Amino acid sequence: MTEKAEKKTAKIPFPAFRREPAEMTPEEEEAARQKRLEKIHRKMKRRGGKKKLNRSTAGNAVLFILMGICGVFMVLPLVMIINNALKPLDEIYQFPPRIFVRNPTLTNFSDLFVLMNESWVPFSRYILNTIIITLGGMAGHVIIASMAAYPLAKHKFPGKKLLFSLVVLSLMFSWTVTQIPQYLIISWLGINNTYGALVLPAWSFGMGLYLMKQFMEQLPDSLMESARLQGANEWQIFWRIIMPNVKPAWLTLAIFQFQQMWGNTGGMFLRNEELKPLQYALQQITSGGVSRAGAGAAVTFIIAAIPIIFFLICQSSIMETMTTSGMKD
Amino acid sequence: MSVAVRTKPARQKPAVHNDSLLHQIRKNKASYLLMAPYFILFFLFTVLPVGMSIYLSFNYFNMLEAPRWIGWANYVKLLLEDDIFIISLRNTLLFAVITGPVSYLLCLLFAWIINEFTPKVRSLLTLVFYAPSICGNAYMIWNLILTGDRYGYLNGILLRLGLINEPILWMQTERYIMPVLIVVQLWLSLGTGFLAFIAGLQTVDKGMYEAAAIDGVKNRWQELWFVTLPAMRAQLMFGAVMQITQSFAVADISIALAGNPSVNYAGATVVTHLLDYGSTRLDMGYASAIATILFLLMVGTNKLVQHVLRRVGE
Repeated sequence: MTEKAEKKTAKIPFPAFRREPAEMTPEEEEAARQKRLEKIHRKMKRRGGKKKLNRSTAGNAVLFILMGICGVFMVLPLVMIINNALKPLDEIYQFPPRIFVRNPTLTNFSDLFVLMNESWVPFSRYILNTIIITLGGMAGHVIIASMAAYPLAKHKFPGKKLLFSLVVLSLMFSWTVTQIPQYLIISWLGINNTYGALVLPAWSFGMGLYLMKQFMEQLPDSLMESARLQGANEWQIFWRIIMPNVKPAWLTLAIFQFQQMWGNTGGMFLRNEELKPLQYALQQITSGGVSRAGAGAAVTFIIAAIPIIFFLICQSSIMETMTTSGMKD
Repeated sequence: MSVAVRTKPARQKPAVHNDSLLHQIRKNKASYLLMAPYFILFFLFTVLPVGMSIYLSFNYFNMLEAPRWIGWANYVKLLLEDDIFIISLRNTLLFAVITGPVSYLLCLLFAWIINEFTPKVRSLLTLVFYAPSICGNAYMIWNLILTGDRYGYLNGILLRLGLINEPILWMQTERYIMPVLIVVQLWLSLGTGFLAFIAGLQTVDKGMYEAAAIDGVKNRWQELWFVTLPAMRAQLMFGAVMQITQSFAVADISIALAGNPSVNYAGATVVTHLLDYGSTRLDMGYASAIATILFLLMVGTNKLVQHVLRRVGE
């Protein structure tokens, strides 16, 4: 046990706290500690290896009921999106409205595919554009923001505090008014009406750097020290030591960025129809009014489904990392 | 624990002598090289536009003619003459004061509870709670729920239960607008901070729980306060900044559900006001002034919140 932890214990104000009497010798204290450790290990074994501290059943019940109510509330839109996509047109406009579908059908999707085939730019092109914009915007951001976050979290150099403050402050400026200057800059760079107009600004979003820096800061310095002693350069440390250890962070960032880029319709910058993303094409289809409500429900479903699949892939790998990572001191 | 110790040296300013500065820059070449790609883009696409916007806030600029310098006029008009700005400021502060802390605590609480489950259940529960944020405009579903005629879900249910005799125009009735918007905002708010907390909990060193149990931590709440929270202080800071930027910038849901302008400006927020001037009235100078005021408001709140968060686990 370190000194720090002991100091912490001493500060804890709860009366229920177990404190050793002052006259105990260090040996006795150590023995008592060993005894308690054994007891905890026994408890852990009894509970199938899972360490559980005692908590009140009533408190548990309250927490889980609260969570259950909120959960139903949260998942409702997802349920509605799925059910609406399967509803025939007459059920979509039914009164009294029902949440669950009674005669599930896939006509909405077949209607959508018919409409998709009518577009003069082949739909595969929209899909390709989306893949380039979404994956390019995501991967680039995760990599260069992490690269910048590493020195900000772990090195000491002039200007470090200033650069970091700029990033955090930039999160608080309303992007609506910076759009016009941004448009001017993008035109000036000559990347207007290219993928670059969407992808390059996305690489420089402030949130990603902030998130990565916060996670990297928690890594123990000894990790890098030992790598340095073995002759690794900064790039190797970043790539082989830091990044694997903050996997939960960059997977989370990937989820955010994927969502951000997926939702982009490219409206302001992409004028060529051949460059527009899927999201734009799908929205055009649904703007046809009441008769397209069915296809619209199918579109809503697809627009929601893709990020959810990506989310599930990333989340399950986040959960995996925690069981394998043990590189903390 | 180690975080608290390490933040201190980071805040010390390096000795700034002219030749030692050059020397230090040369010594830290690797750091600057790693940061270069990001910060070049960041200056181009973020710092420069923000700087230009702040400059524009001192101008009259209608996006057709060249900006004309008018000094503090925009700010004077904004703070002294614009009644709707005062309404929208009041609404925004209401959003910030209610949804900010509540959703921050909900994010933390749910992330913490979810962390108890087995990995598979955990992924699924995370999806359930993150669902409203995952598809860009899931809040449009509230339009279906809140439709003002008999076809709206909420009206349908209330009519069937006999609680009301005629459908309520939810989003056209002044007194319902803010409460409904607050509920929708809370519903939407398990977003960025929530996922950051989930990821943060995965990185807490498991050995620390054991050590704490030996030292006499008795129950879950003590464990949370003395072990978990201090270990994820970095994520707590991050979550707070995200919460501030979200709750001060509420606009999309207000526009989607109540319209812009809403009935008697009951759902106006600072950002809907900004959008009104920026994209409808094409007065970019004035819109920039609104953005600058909002920015100062958020920076101030952030300073305050970070100060409070430093005391977590003490």
